[in-house]
Amino acid sequence: MATAEPAFAPDLKAEADALFARKRLVNFGVPAAILAYFVYVFFAFDIIGLAERARMDNAAILVSDAYSYKTHVTHDNRNGGLTFAVEGENKGTYPEGMVPDFVTMAGENRAEIALPRGHEAVIDGSTLVFTVPDYGDVTVTVDGRDIVLDVPGGTTPDWISASGARVDIRTDGGRAIVTRARTEVYRYAFGWELFWFTLDSPFYGRSLPELVSLAVSGPRLVEGKSNVAAMAHDFWNNAMWRHKDVMWAIFETILMAFLGTMGAALVALPLAFVAARNFNRLGSVRFAVRRVFDFVRGVDGLIWTIILSRAFGPGPMTGALAILITDTGSFGKMFSEALENVDDKQIEGVQSTGAKPMQRYRFGVIPQVTPIFLSQILYYLESNTRSATVIGAITGGGIGLLLTQAIITQKDWEEVSYYIVLIVLMVMFMDWLSGVLRRRLIAGGGTH
Amino acid sequence: MADLSLGTVQDTADIRANYMAMARTKRMYGGIMLVVFVALMVSGFMLADSRNAGGFWDGILNIFQFPGEVLAEASEKAALIPALMVRFLPSLIETLNIAAASTLLGAMAAILLSLLSTRGLARFPRLIGVFRRFMDILRAIPEIVIALVLIFILGGGPVPAMIAIALHTAGALGKLFSEVNENASLKPVEGLASVGASWSQRMWLGVIPQVAPNYLSYALLRFEINIRASAILGFVGSGGIGYDLKNAFSWGQGRYDEVAAIFLLLFLTIVFFDQLSSHYRNKLVGRV
Repeated sequence: MATAEPAFAPDLKAEADALFARKRLVNFGVPAAILAYFVYVFFAFDIIGLAERARMDNAAILVSDAYSYKTHVTHDNRNGGLTFAVEGENKGTYPEGMVPDFVTMAGENRAEIALPRGHEAVIDGSTLVFTVPDYGDVTVTVDGRDIVLDVPGGTTPDWISASGARVDIRTDGGRAIVTRARTEVYRYAFGWELFWFTLDSPFYGRSLPELVSLAVSGPRLVEGKSNVAAMAHDFWNNAMWRHKDVMWAIFETILMAFLGTMGAALVALPLAFVAARNFNRLGSVRFAVRRVFDFVRGVDGLIWTIILSRAFGPGPMTGALAILITDTGSFGKMFSEALENVDDKQIEGVQSTGAKPMQRYRFGVIPQVTPIFLSQILYYLESNTRSATVIGAITGGGIGLLLTQAIITQKDWEEVSYYIVLIVLMVMFMDWLSGVLRRRLIAGGGTH
Repeated sequence: MADLSLGTVQDTADIRANYMAMARTKRMYGGIMLVVFVALMVSGFMLADSRNAGGFWDGILNIFQFPGEVLAEASEKAALIPALMVRFLPSLIETLNIAAASTLLGAMAAILLSLLSTRGLARFPRLIGVFRRFMDILRAIPEIVIALVLIFILGGGPVPAMIAIALHTAGALGKLFSEVNENASLKPVEGLASVGASWSQRMWLGVIPQVAPNYLSYALLRFEINIRASAILGFVGSGGIGYDLKNAFSWGQGRYDEVAAIFLLLFLTIVFFDQLSSHYRNKLVGRV
């Protein structure tokens, strides 16, 4: 460059002007283009219509349900009788003779329910008296085919929706619904009820110190079993939260990712040698194998999952195979690129000692590519844990299936949030594990 | 080096024995690892096989049955396929729009997050850890989780998928971007600081121009990944070509020509963007 002729000043100026003009265009053009695209998307996705369709009440239910639970107190208006059930579910029903601590029983069909913020509800047969502080008593009576609502002022406030067949009272202290069939009072409380033990377990409702002392010593609550074993059994078989099934599902998801990733690596490894220029002189074979890689990658995990779920049915095997097939393409491509970049000097060095071809591969090539391969495999193992969740949702296996099932019911949001927490922990665990293995297996760290 | 002259035959034999012992332990560890790995694979395979609805060995024989049915029906109605592909084009464009909009939104969030979590550039150095953990969490939540929850609130359509993918993209790209930022030269930043530039001016004029090609290269790769993700999210009820595929697929026989058309459309799109993004990435990284 030292001999380059000095450019004439007007040339330089013209060049600089052109450069500035281009930069100015890019600086304003790119943001303008992005903005224009967002405007297009705004209308293409019908954001205005979406704002109308959005169900913010659903969002409120979701959020409140995720961290709280409700206990239903139900009076059967046809046959009489009171039942208490967590979330109104069969599995959460209080057994005969057991009453939640916020309920005072006064007679066969009379229950006084203490609600938060000074609210109170009294169910007496088919009559409900709902007391709201600073307002008064709302009385709802089911009388044959009619439901009679009686409010203090005479005008129904907007937090009560009433018709001939149904009265719905919503306050910040609780909720009550009266129909001809039943009178129900919901009491909301913070937390995930029955997470540890269900109501039929002798350990239900005990505090942590109590449980610890029971575990260490103390009388056996279940015949023929130590307290620790009984606790573990009751927790593991919790019918409400199904810890056993959930843990199996998490395990299945990890299994899918593991089998799929490792299987793909095993299949891709020999194929990568065939596809690498410096290990295979046959151009046509190389070309064919590369197109196979491109094809399985291009078909995409979604389509493979659909095809495989037809052949294998729902379950972890289908997911593992879908991951295996898709990633064979990715690994094959990456491995063959890594193989093409190996340093020939090491191979020559090994060859100069009289090594046979197999030994040349073993001592000349493998040590060079192992760190690269391992780090790619481990990276994929982590990302496939996430894919396995998604594939599980499509084909029906693992935690993905449980999650979609819980979301479809549209009421078990506490379970949904439990699964989400578990999924995030699972992915973070796999991220951590793959990081640890990468550092351990790839000696000295910074080889890659 | 002085020992060399004193070295005796005994010494070399010792060294040799030591070396062989070391090689033996290394080989033994390798062997144990291999055995453990094979055992894990085999037991994992058997377990997955037993927990699957259909067994592996039954399934492997039927693996071509479904593609065969689809191909048979598609070849019967081969003349209709191009028309069907045109019919599904709007859904495909919706899928691509979901991917593009979420990549753009995610990348913009990622730029901000990555600048806030890079040592030396961060606006609030004390909060670097907070932003990093935040990105970890964004990355760890699979898109489908957010999409399904948002579908419940917002109803079906492209927006839940867009938000879900954008959040994940912000986390994934944020990490890659902050690795790029760490290699950026601080001199332009210091120069700008010395003339009194604010933090956003320092970042916009001092850092972004240095790292833009790498950002763009990662964002292109992400765009390609997001096309696949948006097709999958469509399948669970969030609009786009995946939703059409699910409908055609659950209809079963009689609509397999539609399934074939969508498969083909999706395949061509993915291959096209795969080639496009790898072409431009090579160009961008070559320029750096």
